[in-house]
Amino acid sequence: MTDTTETFAPGTHPDLPPPLGSRGIVKWMRENLFSSATNTVLTLLGAYLIYLAVPAFLDWFILDAVFDAGSRNECWERAGGACWSVVVVRFDQLMYGFYPEELRWRVDLAFLLLFVALAPVLFDKVPGRRYLAIFSIVYPVIAFFLLWGGMGLEPVESAKFGGFMLTVLIGVSGIIASLPLGIVLALGRRSELIVLRVVCICFIEFIRGVPLITLLFIASTLLNYFLPPGSNFDLLLRVLIMVTLFAAAYLAEVIRGGLQAIPKGQFEAAMSMGMSYWKMMGLIVLPQAMKISIPGIVNTFIGLYKDTTLVVIIGLLDPLGLSQSILADSKWQGLSTEIYIFIAIFFFLSCFSMSRYSIYLENKLHRGHKR
Amino acid sequence: MSEAAAHAVPQSQADKLAVQMVGVHKWYGQFHVLKDINLAVEAGERIVICGPSGSGKSTLIRCINRLEEHQRGQIIVDGIELTNDVRKVDEIRREVGMVFQHFNLFPHLTVLENCTLAPIWVKKTPKAEAEEIGMKYLARVKIPEQANKYPGQLSGGQQQRVAIARSLCMNPNIMLFDEPTSALDPEMISEVLDVMVGLAESGMTMLCVTHEMGFARRVANRVIFMDGGEIIEQNNPEEFFNNPQSDRTKLFLSQILHN
Ligand SMILES: Nc1ncnc2c1ncn2[C@@H]1O[C@H](COP(=O)(O)OP(=O)(O)OP(=O)(O)O)[C@@H](O)[C@H]1O
Ligand SMILES: [Mg+2]
Repeated sequence: MTDTTETFAPGTHPDLPPPLGSRGIVKWMRENLFSSATNTVLTLLGAYLIYLAVPAFLDWFILDAVFDAGSRNECWERAGGACWSVVVVRFDQLMYGFYPEELRWRVDLAFLLLFVALAPVLFDKVPGRRYLAIFSIVYPVIAFFLLWGGMGLEPVESAKFGGFMLTVLIGVSGIIASLPLGIVLALGRRSELIVLRVVCICFIEFIRGVPLITLLFIASTLLNYFLPPGSNFDLLLRVLIMVTLFAAAYLAEVIRGGLQAIPKGQFEAAMSMGMSYWKMMGLIVLPQAMKISIPGIVNTFIGLYKDTTLVVIIGLLDPLGLSQSILADSKWQGLSTEIYIFIAIFFFLSCFSMSRYSIYLENKLHRGHKR
Repeated sequence: MSEAAAHAVPQSQADKLAVQMVGVHKWYGQFHVLKDINLAVEAGERIVICGPSGSGKSTLIRCINRLEEHQRGQIIVDGIELTNDVRKVDEIRREVGMVFQHFNLFPHLTVLENCTLAPIWVKKTPKAEAEEIGMKYLARVKIPEQANKYPGQLSGGQQQRVAIARSLCMNPNIMLFDEPTSALDPEMISEVLDVMVGLAESGMTMLCVTHEMGFARRVANRVIFMDGGEIIEQNNPEEFFNNPQSDRTKLFLSQILHN
């Protein structure tokens, strides 16, 4: 290194640009890719692997893929890549299951309105947030009638629900219903009222101690013994309840962790100003505890969302359940890779957006008060 | 309870007193923290409580707004006796402000929101009015320009002054201070004490647990020395510092005045 060693009188030294090689992309590469002999070898090896894998994958995924064939064999005759035709042909089924075709607009509408209803809850800068929030509150009722029918709409049995519609329905309802229940359980578990506390502990420990599949079986079979004979309690509603209870038990523990992190002084300050228990919790403690719990809460939500695939076990046709019947079709046999990749992409997009939202929320709440 | 009944205060006399404690005992489990505390505080009186660590000073003043429950004896605050009746407890807490050693500001709210929260939600003051009151008290503790910052962005001394303003916004009759300056760096202590002196001059009834003897000399009507859960000695500051009666008081004073 040959540095220019100009000298300046004290106090007159100008700002000089940093020497070459200590800024920009060259610096970044030197620090991150070629910082040592091992690092250099690993970098080259990695580059070679990417060179081998990426073009081959792109060929299969897009360039040699077939989108408009009528059967698996036709696909394979035309090219050696992925046979996305199966997804194209069965797309509607993967989306709606066996929901009557002429009524699918109701599902689409419910899905669109879901975003309208969620906007004021998720973002605080939505125009007209106050009025939209009223819509958010009535949305579940609207969605119920749109999906199940009634009130002049042709009824649709929930046995016909399927595909991603079912995933979103169970996932979103579970998430929305389990959060308040989880909060109540977490508060109950810390309550000074011993009966309430014991009930909450038993509930949480029982639900957490049992696999979700067991609960789903209870929902599908055992409940029939308890319900009065002849009562026809929608299987999907039972599943929704079980999924909600299951997620709520986990959420309760996550939120309890957040509650425990709130210093005693916060409670005392709130009490010393004459706040009632609910005001103290609602205005002081929960806002802070929930903020701490965001990563754990979103973690639980993502888990719940993916667990919806378990309903296939009790005969509900979520995308994975449908894929079984699609693969059993002799025209499309053996195309499991394509279908599973498609389903995986869908789940990844849903879960990844939840994760990004949680990061957005953490940053937003963090900006408010450094510390 | 028979002896407590014997001590019981005639209601007419209790009315004039801000705080009246009669034969108060408290235990933490087996541990007897407060032993037969008898204390009458007149409206407008300024009391400083001192004593060695663990002597029960915090416990004593926390009993006054029932952050701690006493097990025997009678505590009457502003003419209301403290019992398990939640409504009475809330009523008393609305009239008694408390300032803590570690400020206990609400970190998720701005300084102004800290000040307006309880007035709005507990006293049902309209928001605009609560904000006006909040700004008035923030100006009084000399930090109106910080109103929209968050507590985490303020220095310790500023935070404690916000905590004082927050209590004052509830318009209390009595203020309790539990070592308000002992978590502060030395250069911030005086800014908080200045606010407290101002408050004392305005005629507020104050009970302060503090080891700031300069403050005690300047504003207290009475200094109380506690040790081992008992009130050992109480006197006006002049007498208390110049002519302590008990050996434990003398020992304590010599210890704190030496450093
Ligand atoms: N929640 C509690 N459970 C059990 N013991 C407690 C509890 N709080 C305080 N104590 C004990 O009661 C005694 C008095 O506590 P207190 O906090 O009133 O003392 P203090 O005079 O305020 O002391 P300091 O100057 O250190 O603040 C101490 O010995 C303490 O260990
Ligand atoms: Mg103390």
